[in-house]
Amino acid sequence: MMLRSSLFNSTLSLGLLLVIWQLASLSINSPALPSPILVLSTLNQAIQSAELLHHLGITLLRLATSFFLAMILGTAIGLILGRHHKLNTFFDSWLIILLNIPALVTIILCYIWFGLIETAAILAVVINKLPNVIVTIREGARNLDDPLIEMAKAYHFGRYKTLVHVILPQLYPYIMASARTGLALIWKIILVVEMLGRSDGMGYQIHLFFQLFDIASIMAYTVSFIVIIQLIETALLKPLDKKTQRWK
Amino acid sequence: MHPIVVDIKKKNFTSNSSDRIFTAIENLKFELLENEFTCIIGPSGCGKTTLLNAIAGLDNDFDGSINIKKTNPSELHSSYVFQTPRLLPWRTVMENIQLAAGDNHSVPFIINTLQHLGLGNNMNSYPHHLSLGMQRRVAIARAFSVQSRLLLMDEPFVSLDPSTAKKARELLLNLWREQPRNILFVTHDLNEAFELADRILFLSDSPSHVIADVQITSPRPERTPQFLDNFKNQLSIKQPHIHQFL
Repeated sequence: MMLRSSLFNSTLSLGLLLVIWQLASLSINSPALPSPILVLSTLNQAIQSAELLHHLGITLLRLATSFFLAMILGTAIGLILGRHHKLNTFFDSWLIILLNIPALVTIILCYIWFGLIETAAILAVVINKLPNVIVTIREGARNLDDPLIEMAKAYHFGRYKTLVHVILPQLYPYIMASARTGLALIWKIILVVEMLGRSDGMGYQIHLFFQLFDIASIMAYTVSFIVIIQLIETALLKPLDKKTQRWK
Repeated sequence: MHPIVVDIKKKNFTSNSSDRIFTAIENLKFELLENEFTCIIGPSGCGKTTLLNAIAGLDNDFDGSINIKKTNPSELHSSYVFQTPRLLPWRTVMENIQLAAGDNHSVPFIINTLQHLGLGNNMNSYPHHLSLGMQRRVAIARAFSVQSRLLLMDEPFVSLDPSTAKKARELLLNLWREQPRNILFVTHDLNEAFELADRILFLSDSPSHVIADVQITSPRPERTPQFLDNFKNQLSIKQPHIHQFL
C-alpha cells in the first residue's frame, strides 16, 4: 500500500514536471528549449546509433575506476588519521588545502603535469573526491567502539579479522554516506575532466554539442546519465544497504 | 612450579591534564593452582580491572611480570569476560563465538557449551535480540569456547537482578565442572565470591596489593547462609584487618 502510493506520487510529480517543460517549450518556441518529446526522440536516435552507449560506457568506466580508487584510498587514510591523533593533527592542514583547491585547478594541473592522458584524468577525479572521503571516514574512525577493539585484541583476532569483523561494520554508515555523496560529486567532475582533455566520453560529447548548439542532444545525454545514476542507486546501493543492515 | 604467577611491582597512571602520577597497583603478587576458581575482592577503584587488563596482555605498561605456562602452542594465555558483554552486534551468537575461538574448536563443542548455558535455541540470534543476562552468558560461552589457560571474569553478573544472577552463577559452575579451568573472577559482592570460589584474594585500596588469601574448602552445596555467617565471623577474628569487607 505504502509502496504503491509512493510510486504513484513520484509518477505524478515527474509527469507534472514533464507537462510544465512541454508547456514552457511550447510558449517560448525557440531551439534553446526543446520539448521533452524532441529530447526523447533524440535520445532514441542516439541509442540506436550506438554513439551514446559508447561514450556513456567510457564515462561510466572512468567513474567506476576513480570512485573505487578514491573510496579505498580515502577509507584507508581516514581510518589511520582517525585512530592516530598525532598524525591527524600533523596532516590536518594538508587535508584543508586539498579540500579547498577548486576542482578545475586540480584538473588543469594534472593535465599539465602528466599530459592529456587517461591516468591524468582519473587522478584528477580521485584527488577531488579523496579529501571528502577521508574527512567522513575519519569521523567514523574517531567514533569506533574501543571496548570492542579491546575485545578483539584480548581474543587475538589479528589485523585482518579485526578490520573485517570489528572495524568495517562500524564504519559502514560512513562509507555509505561518502559513497552516495561521492557518486554525485564524481559524475559532475568527470564531465569537466572529459571536456578539458579527453576525446571521448559524455563530457567531450556535451562540449561538442555546445559548439554545435545542439541543445536537444545535450538534454538527451543528460537524461540518460540521470537514469543511469538512479539505477546505480536503486539496483546497487539500496540492496547493499539492506543486506548489511539486516542485523538491525 | 605454579602454572600461573602474577607479580606486578608497580602500575602507574599519569593523568593527561597534570603531571600527577597515580599508583594503581604496588607489589601485588599471587600464584594460581591448577583449575582453581579464585575470586578477587577489593574496594571500588582499587585497580581490579587494571589488574585483569595487565594479565590479559591488553596493558603491558607496568613493572613486573605475568607468567602463564601454556601446555600447547595453539592455546591463548587467557580469555576474558568483560564487565559488559562486548559482543559484535552485526554477528550472530555463533559467529561471535567462532570468531574468537578460531579454528581450535569444532561447532559441536561450541553448541554443547551454549546448551550448558541455556542458549541452545539462540545460536543464530543477533545479540540485541537477547536480554542482557543472555548476552552475558554468550560472553561466558565465548570465553569457554576459546582454548586458554586462564579465564578472566570482570564482574560478569553486575547489574543483573538477583535471581538472574543466581541462575547465571549456577550455570557458570556447571560449565566449569564440565570444562575445568583456572578462573580469576573479580567481584565486589562478597556473597557471590563465597558462593563461587575455592579461594578469595582480598585487595587493599590503591595502590593495591593482596592483604588476605582465604581458602574455602567446604563443598559448594554446603555453603548455606548460616555457614557463611559463621565463616565470616571466624574470618573477622582470624584476620581482623579485612573486617571492612565482612
